[in-house]
Amino acid sequence: MAVKDYIREKFFPHIWCPGCGHGIIMGGLIRAIETLQKEKNDIVIVSGIGCSSRICGYLDFHTLHTIHGRALAFATGVKLSRPELTVIAPMGDGDAFAIGGNHLIHAARRNIDITAIIMNNNIYGMTGGQYSPSTGYGEFATTAPYSNIDHPFDFVNLAIGAGASFVARTTTYHVTSMIKIIEKAIMHHGFSVVEIMSQCPTYFGRKNKFASAVEMLKYYRDHTTPIGSKDKKNNPDLIERGIFIEKEMPEYCDEYDKIIKMASKGE
Amino acid sequence: MTKKKKMKPNIKREWCKGCGICVEFCPEDALIMDEMEKAVLAYPDKCTGCMLCELRCPDLAIELV
Repeated sequence: MAVKDYIREKFFPHIWCPGCGHGIIMGGLIRAIETLQKEKNDIVIVSGIGCSSRICGYLDFHTLHTIHGRALAFATGVKLSRPELTVIAPMGDGDAFAIGGNHLIHAARRNIDITAIIMNNNIYGMTGGQYSPSTGYGEFATTAPYSNIDHPFDFVNLAIGAGASFVARTTTYHVTSMIKIIEKAIMHHGFSVVEIMSQCPTYFGRKNKFASAVEMLKYYRDHTTPIGSKDKKNNPDLIERGIFIEKEMPEYCDEYDKIIKMASKGE
Repeated sequence: MTKKKKMKPNIKREWCKGCGICVEFCPEDALIMDEMEKAVLAYPDKCTGCMLCELRCPDLAIELV
């Protein structure tokens, strides 16, 4: 099937700004699903609120556009009641790690088979460019006109610390590896977190002296490096990308099934 | 034996928002922005069908056919 078979064409052109990275992530997600040859009816996309979460409206799967930060709570409900479905939760950085931070760490701790795709654009774009938990120290936002004094979360380490069994980071520039990482994350039996650095030229870019989406992609190209590369040793400021953790752990729905079987025996 | 036809980008103008990502990152410089700020395949002979413009298009406006 072609990409157009996975989208709701009547809603296009989409609402995202020119050059917004979220469209690239949506394309990557579609191509990953296409490669895996999943049935459209077997896929559930659950999103919260924000620019990123508009993705739900455009994808032609079972989609749930839920409340801010609670995408994973709804996704957990869907997965527990229908474990045979593939549940994917695309979320923004604020959705995943600010208002929905607790849902994320507990979903990770339980290792429930959901793929969380964090579309990290370092800002709250929809509401006008407020700083988010991933806006860096010294960076600018509408609510940080004299520069941000908060330190950002390291999403990868936070997810690893919370116990996620698959953790990866990539960018919208590295689109071919992004597709492969999303494929692996979907195939992984357990909770997977994929942080995708995504450009917001309208708010983050404009406030932080990036002239265009192209400049932001060049930044991703020049300031990231594969995990464990030589460049990282020479320049510790580079951001590592790739798969950080991929391990087998008991999955939540499987464990829950065991409990149901045990309890159904009576006694 | 017929030579397999190379795939070339087909750009849906109504969906293109003119961000310029495809033009900037085309390895062969086959695309340009026209006067309406939309991407066009100006040099089809240069195109190798690498698909990078399709994959990086945030508007899903490019499809190789």
